[in-house]
Amino acid sequence: MFVGWYFVSNTLRNLDERKIATGFAFLTREAGFEIGETSALAYSAADTYLRALGIGIANTFRIAVIGVVLATLLGTLLGLARLSHNWLVARLAALYVEVIRNVPLLVQLFFWYTIISENLPGPRDALSPLPGVFLSNRGIKFPLPQDHPVHLWMVAALLAGAVLAWLLARWAARRQAATGQQFPSFWAGLGVVLGLPLLVFLGAGAPHELEQPVLSGFNFTGGATLTPEFAALLFGLVIYTAAFIAEIVRAGVLAVDRGQSEAAHALGLPRRRAMRLVILPQALRVIVPPMTSQYLNITKNSSLAVAIGYPDLVSIANTTLNQTGQAIEGILIIMLVYLTLSLSISAFMNWYNRRVALTGARA
Amino acid sequence: MSAVLRRTPALPGPLEWARVNLFSSVPNALLTLLSLYLLWKYVPPFVSWALLDAVWQAPSSKACREAAGAGACWAFIGEKHRFILFGTYPFEEHWRPGVSILLFLALYAVSAMRRFWTPWLVLAWLAGLTLIGMLMWGGVFGLRYVENERWGGLVLTLLLATFGIAFAFPLSIVLALGRRSEMPVVRAVCVIYIELIRGVPLISMLFMASVMMPLFLPSGVTVDKLLRAQTALILFAAAYLAEVVRGGLQAIPRGQYEAAEALGLSFAKRTALVILPQALKISIPPLVNTFIGLFKDTSLVVIIGLFDLLLALKTALNEPAWSGIGVEAYLFASLVYFVFCYAMSQYSQRLERDLARGPTARALKDT
Amino acid sequence: MKRVLGLTIGVALFGAGAVHAQGTLEAVQKKGFVQCGVNVGLAGFSQPDSRGAWKGLDVDMCRAIAAAVFGDATKVRYTPTTAVQRFPALQSGEVDVLARNTTWTVTRDSSLGFNFVGVNYYDGQGFMVPKKLNIKSAKQLNGATVCVQPGTTTELNLSDYFRANRMTFKPVVIGKLEEVLNAYYAGRCDVFTTDVSGLVSTRGSRPNPADHVILPEVISKEPLGPAVRHGDDRWFDIVKWSLYAMIEAEEMGLTSKNIDQQAASKDPAVQRFIGATGDFGKMLGVDNKWSFNIIKQVGNYGESFEANLTPLGFERGINQLWTKGGILYAPPLR
Repeated sequence: MFVGWYFVSNTLRNLDERKIATGFAFLTREAGFEIGETSALAYSAADTYLRALGIGIANTFRIAVIGVVLATLLGTLLGLARLSHNWLVARLAALYVEVIRNVPLLVQLFFWYTIISENLPGPRDALSPLPGVFLSNRGIKFPLPQDHPVHLWMVAALLAGAVLAWLLARWAARRQAATGQQFPSFWAGLGVVLGLPLLVFLGAGAPHELEQPVLSGFNFTGGATLTPEFAALLFGLVIYTAAFIAEIVRAGVLAVDRGQSEAAHALGLPRRRAMRLVILPQALRVIVPPMTSQYLNITKNSSLAVAIGYPDLVSIANTTLNQTGQAIEGILIIMLVYLTLSLSISAFMNWYNRRVALTGARA
Repeated sequence: MSAVLRRTPALPGPLEWARVNLFSSVPNALLTLLSLYLLWKYVPPFVSWALLDAVWQAPSSKACREAAGAGACWAFIGEKHRFILFGTYPFEEHWRPGVSILLFLALYAVSAMRRFWTPWLVLAWLAGLTLIGMLMWGGVFGLRYVENERWGGLVLTLLLATFGIAFAFPLSIVLALGRRSEMPVVRAVCVIYIELIRGVPLISMLFMASVMMPLFLPSGVTVDKLLRAQTALILFAAAYLAEVVRGGLQAIPRGQYEAAEALGLSFAKRTALVILPQALKISIPPLVNTFIGLFKDTSLVVIIGLFDLLLALKTALNEPAWSGIGVEAYLFASLVYFVFCYAMSQYSQRLERDLARGPTARALKDT
Repeated sequence: MKRVLGLTIGVALFGAGAVHAQGTLEAVQKKGFVQCGVNVGLAGFSQPDSRGAWKGLDVDMCRAIAAAVFGDATKVRYTPTTAVQRFPALQSGEVDVLARNTTWTVTRDSSLGFNFVGVNYYDGQGFMVPKKLNIKSAKQLNGATVCVQPGTTTELNLSDYFRANRMTFKPVVIGKLEEVLNAYYAGRCDVFTTDVSGLVSTRGSRPNPADHVILPEVISKEPLGPAVRHGDDRWFDIVKWSLYAMIEAEEMGLTSKNIDQQAASKDPAVQRFIGATGDFGKMLGVDNKWSFNIIKQVGNYGESFEANLTPLGFERGINQLWTKGGILYAPPLR
């Protein structure tokens, strides 16, 4: 208590003595700097600091979400590879995990950024692995379907399909419980989810005009871009976190008693279904809690973006506090945003964890 | 099927081994071939780049690049190794951080051996750290005084990591006990502290230490930049360690608490003599993992301009004569970090196996 | 409680100095060294060499102050600061003087609470582009990707310039100089922008300097100079005159090599400079041989420039003496 009061009083006196402005009024002032990537949001140097920080949050969010999805996929794959009966594959996966886990993420980020920006050609000599796709040190350019009203309808169809698939799965589960008859609800659901938008697309006459990236002046215009900064950060985060996720998945699968898979086998369940119905639900219970902290780590580690130039929240807040001199407010904003993000992820994963545990109990 | 085959006791020949372990089924065989192809495609070129075609001595990156052609340019490390290891420490006095690094390594090695896990170890650490402090600062026994702004390189990385652990650990025990305390205020404070710290990135803590902390202190009093970063690392690591310790505390069977209580021991004695030794013993492997994390995290001080191993390397790259050697430089940094972290992680795994094999009772007897 | 204790012990161990309680000069004299805030690494201005010794134009400024105060240029301690840290470091008294290629602006001079003592390097922001793009003027840069370092006036000037000329650009903002340079040289950007001095040194240090051109437009004024805190005029004077002594010495032809012989000269200006006559040292509150010590141990401005910047390909340009076509002009020492 005393310590807190002591720090606060010192701070107030110092701010006063050094005539440092306080408060969040600066947020409505013009930022005056450009941002390289804006996650499809509108922004110019004439916008306010508030908007600039908003762009930063959007960028952080984007890298975190994509990172979580990709790291989970790669990590699961690696975790299963480590358990593979194939000696070579298991060894290679183990080597990957050991090397990646034991080198700091920051070093890896610098490394990837150096590799990406130094080893790819300039836009004029861009590699084109596929027609319309260009690989250069300005990033990966790829064509994007041109805006068309039918896209909106396709999104609507996708949502409708998802609802339908969910209803279908519920009906199938109830029927199986009542009659024992099985229904391939997974494949049927997938068909509905993907089929409906496709029908809408075909029904509208399949408009497939693509906006192609074209080299004009300094760089490509048109199409969509994956910048090198984003790519290096994503690469680094995914590769690093996947090594940890692999270990979690491996531990989860190993934690399921051997008797369980033998029992499933004895019941005559095919391998894949045994995995899905017996092993996975039990493994998930072990996997989910540590996975939560890995997801939190990706989110927090995305703040290392500041070192390689991806305009995430920390990088923009940094510029802001350097220009306005309002360090306390800038750092408070960073901390608040990350706290909110962390708490939301924890809350979501806790909810999911309860669900997994419950399903497991019912099975 | 394969599981059955693997249990066959007969010593298999190499062909049989390959059939079982590499080509047991069609997908397996395809995987093996794919792996072999990738290895063949990437390993030989890497070896020739890193070793065969590499240049080990050159006066500048330009000369080195010209001499190396397609090879790596390790001359950079050769030229700058002392700066990378010791940072801006006075050149003539480099033996002092050198000896300090060796002392650190010796302390780590001794602490890793379970037969030295006695109260004497604490004394050894105190003596070792005092000696390192005397060596680094000097000002006694005719050693020249060297201010801590000049410390840098690998020795700074080790210092940050070691002191970070040494101070964070006791703090984390207090926090973990506090979180399980029956006093609501204490519990609330500990919970808020732990969750708050774990919810924000380390970078924001370091920024706070480097930009905000000067505002917290009365005007005129300044705290050294190194100490501020060190404090941030300690506060950060303590929150994570506290959760590990709490896990250990939770794993202690209720009976132990009750038995200790029944013996009429006070809270302090119960905790110090019965509960903590067991809880810490259980948590050693995850503790070591958290230590590895902290060791890697020290590299983040780059962002606030502290001359640790990584910043020394980057600063060396900054020199015009040596620009454009990034890949080699970062590979070197990776190697150094890897050696330390890998050693720790192997140790933690071995320890985990040992502790799992021996019954808890044996582990308890050791204390 | 434990934390307070830790902090207290830490403060006691690592040393904490009360600075504001007395004048900076007294505090500096008492602790026996000048604490100088410098750049973490900027070749030519402040950069540790392979032996770990700090070298550069800004570093020489620090050494000159130490020579003036103590008669010993080695009594300096350097605090490397990042762009974000430099102002809090000076404000809080962590450093006594900030010699870190900092642009003198009205905001920094007033609301941040600093006094700039003068200019030790006149700079201006420019653009460098690869020659093969065949660009002759910055006005042709519409749509370009620009590599820039964050948190500096550079970033703001860049936005202003493009907005004023109704052009657009894509910034690539990277904190570390080495990284941002690699990005430009790898072709990640079409344009690299920073102070012209930085462009020149960069171009000179990389292979094939002729493949890159520096555009004629200089879009801003960047007077870089050492700064001290508001409210301590005596310290302000010492730092200011340490800088001017170096410039004045070059104008008078006094160098570290010849100042001993020149001491015998009958020239009254030289006699005043070396402290044989006059009381300038006493007026400033330091030893009377202060300027002699600066030149003897550090050298004059030209020597420092030649030792640190010339090897990197910098030209004197406007940083030449006013008598030789530049704008360096030191008030007279009398």
